[in-house]
Amino acid sequence: MDPDPIYLDNSATTPLAGEVIAAMKPYFSDEYGNASSLHRFGRRAHAAIEEARASLAETIGVEPSEIVFTSGATEADNLAIKGLAFAHPEKRHIVTSRIEHHAVLHACRWLEERGYEVTYLDVDRAGRVEPEAVKEAIRDDTLLVSIMAGNNEIGTIEPIGEIGEICKERGVPFHTDAVQAYGKVDIPAGSVDLLSVSAHKLNGPKGVGFLYVRKGIRLSPLLSGGGHERGLRSGTENVPGIVGLAAAARLAFSERETVVPRLRGFRERLIEGVMRIPGVRLNGDRKESLPHIVNFSFAGIEGESLVMRLDERGIAASTGSACSSPNLEPSHVLVAIRVPLSMAHGSLRISTGRQTTEEEVDRFLEVIPSVVEELRAISPFKVEG
Amino acid sequence: MYTEKVIEHFRNPRNMGKLEGYSAVGKVGNIVCGDVMWLYIKVEEDAEGREVISDISWETFGCTAAIATSSMVSELAKGKTLPEAIAITNQDVASELGGLPPVKMHCSALAADALNEAIYEYLKGHGREIPPVLKRRHERLEAEMKKLEERYRAFLEEAGS
Repeated sequence: MDPDPIYLDNSATTPLAGEVIAAMKPYFSDEYGNASSLHRFGRRAHAAIEEARASLAETIGVEPSEIVFTSGATEADNLAIKGLAFAHPEKRHIVTSRIEHHAVLHACRWLEERGYEVTYLDVDRAGRVEPEAVKEAIRDDTLLVSIMAGNNEIGTIEPIGEIGEICKERGVPFHTDAVQAYGKVDIPAGSVDLLSVSAHKLNGPKGVGFLYVRKGIRLSPLLSGGGHERGLRSGTENVPGIVGLAAAARLAFSERETVVPRLRGFRERLIEGVMRIPGVRLNGDRKESLPHIVNFSFAGIEGESLVMRLDERGIAASTGSACSSPNLEPSHVLVAIRVPLSMAHGSLRISTGRQTTEEEVDRFLEVIPSVVEELRAISPFKVEG
Repeated sequence: MYTEKVIEHFRNPRNMGKLEGYSAVGKVGNIVCGDVMWLYIKVEEDAEGREVISDISWETFGCTAAIATSSMVSELAKGKTLPEAIAITNQDVASELGGLPPVKMHCSALAADALNEAIYEYLKGHGREIPPVLKRRHERLEAEMKKLEERYRAFLEEAGS
């Protein structure tokens, strides 16, 4: 019998935690009220949402009224960027980095197509944005600076605190996509004006997230409707989702001190084990990284076939390569950190989660050398052992 | 996204590796696109004196579809006469695999092109006349490769360091 499959793709999504399912369950059955209704059903739904809002606000040390629930981080990123742009039409310039998530990059590109100017900051070889470069890029008409807290492909942590201070000095709103960093590393929310979070990366449900909007930051809503979420996000609230998001966040923050060091240990173990294979490169930074993401490139082989071979052995991981996209170019993140082209297509992202065990990490390390060897045997590019 | 047949060929690729004593090799693809295919053929005369691909193998750097199409084209071409092999198209490769996702159709083209190039190289190496259809495809491939290299020159120089 095949051993149980091993899930090492927690940056893509995570399994729902039991505590989260339990918290959500009543809101799929008895507690079906619309939070806007005056009667008791509505009041109970409303109370659940406000309780969730308060506990989420506490995780980053902000006011509950500054939390806006959305359908996830893609919406939160779009609301931050486009919502700010629509509210401040005189500001026509945006500063971001080359390694942002597509939700940020494509929202910026969408504005660019409509006459905005966007500065895409370069990063160093570890994937770090230089705070000084942010300072130099800011202009009088800069609408926003958007730099992610931790990168989803290579795990590099960005100097959010420093960048936030620069933005504050210059009076420019600062947005950070904290999807991968939230619940894993400290986020200096005091230095940030807008912050996006998603539930499903944190053992919560899919289809829900929030945008933190600092008091005084003016946004235009993207959706017209009944004026929910202080007018910023119309649409009947996803009550079970919101309750699940808060339960997931509570869980993540309560067990952070045990889970994060464990994931860091796995990451080191993975790096040590994988780097023993010849022709391997670690993409990103060994130290200044999110605890759960590690990215390697293997010379002579292509990432998608590596992922498929691992899948046959019961291991779920992902590639940073954009092989399935029509333009066939390698990952924009790997290109930005100057991974040689010969290696940019051969990337593998391993991302662990709270349910990952040491046995699973070791099983991966047992399997990976033979999979790499098999694929190199059929590749025209030979790697010297 | 992949058919059972694609997965099966990916899992158990036929005729893989470098061919000892090959007559010619067709090299296609570019590392920029993430697909490189080298197809080796051995050409011998059969009992009736016709030139046939008596053996074939390949080395491929690429995704699941690239590996499966390499495997499939090698099966389709093995034992075929040169005119029969020249007639193999990317559509043949794709349909024998039960179809490919649209974004992966270029992989089947790569496989058919590699076979084309191997035969072209064989005929050229033996000072033989090249059928116009083969020549046209060869010239198209050369032009495409040149265009690709130009398009990515800055990219290659920047990232190649």
